[in-house]
Amino acid sequence: MLKNRLIPVIIVKDELIVQSFNFKRFLPIGKIKTAIDFFVNWDVDEIIILDIDATKQGRSTQLDVIKQASRECFVPLTVGGGIRSINDIKNVLRAGADKISINSHAVDNPKFITDAAVRFGNQCITVSIDAMKISNDYNVFIGNGKVDTGIKVSDWVKKLERLGAGEILINSIERDGSRKGYDLDLLNLVSSNVNIPVIACGGVGDIRHLASGIVDGHCQAVAAANIFQHTEHSTIAAKAIMKKLGAQVRLSSDVKYENFDFDDFGRPI
Amino acid sequence: MSKAVPKICIIDYGMGNLRSVINALEHTVKCSVCVSDNKKELDSSDILILPGVGSFNDAMKNLRERDLFNKLNDEVANRKKPLMAICLGMQIVMESSEEGGKSQGFGWIPGSVSRFQVSNKYRVPHMGWDNIKVKNRNDLFEGIEQDPDFYFVHSYHVNCDEEYVIASCDYGYEFTAALQKDNIVAFQFHPERSHKNGLRLLTNYINNIKEQL
Repeated sequence: MLKNRLIPVIIVKDELIVQSFNFKRFLPIGKIKTAIDFFVNWDVDEIIILDIDATKQGRSTQLDVIKQASRECFVPLTVGGGIRSINDIKNVLRAGADKISINSHAVDNPKFITDAAVRFGNQCITVSIDAMKISNDYNVFIGNGKVDTGIKVSDWVKKLERLGAGEILINSIERDGSRKGYDLDLLNLVSSNVNIPVIACGGVGDIRHLASGIVDGHCQAVAAANIFQHTEHSTIAAKAIMKKLGAQVRLSSDVKYENFDFDDFGRPI
Repeated sequence: MSKAVPKICIIDYGMGNLRSVINALEHTVKCSVCVSDNKKELDSSDILILPGVGSFNDAMKNLRERDLFNKLNDEVANRKKPLMAICLGMQIVMESSEEGGKSQGFGWIPGSVSRFQVSNKYRVPHMGWDNIKVKNRNDLFEGIEQDPDFYFVHSYHVNCDEEYVIASCDYGYEFTAALQKDNIVAFQFHPERSHKNGLRLLTNYINNIKEQL
């Protein structure tokens, strides 16, 4: 049976991992390579690296960072930030990424998704969406969550599937860094409107929230960033709890937490 | 006599994540790895790896443009050089695919490639970790757990005679996850991104061939 995926998102700013709070405040954490070494052996199913300064600074993704990150990454690696051309994708894949994630540029130039999917295959193209609730509906935002495009999320995701996107990463701007859990209405809105895999993101503050993205939000994969930093074995504990709460998971780490209970911080007790 | 260090050539035809294959191989057994579209390199290698993500037609077009179609035919079909094909690489060793109209592959293994025809319950691409069933005892899977998980990411799959299937996977229905015929081994999943199971599989593969060199 296909497993639900657990995906840590590594948010990169100035070559360092940061924690993001509502896309506004950023707390530096540490080096990317160290995080990858740990995550790979802590049961994660994939890793996403987002270079959040790339688009703003008008540059491409830092390939050296990806090359280094990829070296010990024996699970699939998705890279986003600053991807605007077929050549950018080629370079990022060459550096060791398996998939790329497009956000702003997909809105600016939807045809780019089709061009990229034809060239590299749909499975390679993840489209990331930053969404915010605007008078009882959800709109697509770009520019690190600052610019309202006026596009409805429900329309956008259907269009993305038609254009050739292989997967959608849906992030709630209001929940980002809030620790309140996923916006389940938003997740359901997306997962019920497409037939490609959906990754939930934004708001996980307790590792028990992860399973809800699958069981209640009907997504195929769950992602989070901040929660996995600072806590030893956090992703292994997350997997054990996901399993308990009804998700299908892959458990591969030598460290096993299946028979433990967990405290409010998600630490095994 | 067994050579100490097998030479592996990852065929570079502009399709996909070659770096992850190199990284994984460098983590397995001692081997020399090159990434090349140069015929001399292909010629002097002990093992060829045909990776690939992307579309079937582009893959075949790129191989022809780089004048590798005949060379690979010669190496694999005539000289019987060991070949490991991964994902799209596995699909192009078949006779044909329905991707992008009817397209011709190498035809080294009889069979075709078709898109997943599954109910809405199953999303396409088939993306993520899924467990495979290894058919018979096979050296390649030595030391790997029962029903092991591997990483898949594909919308199309191979249909071939049961005799070539060494492992299957279930996604709405059973499809070919791995196949073997003479000097060809092919995986629909990505061993290079399947962590411990994948690294072990690559190690077993290279060790098996090393013994025969």
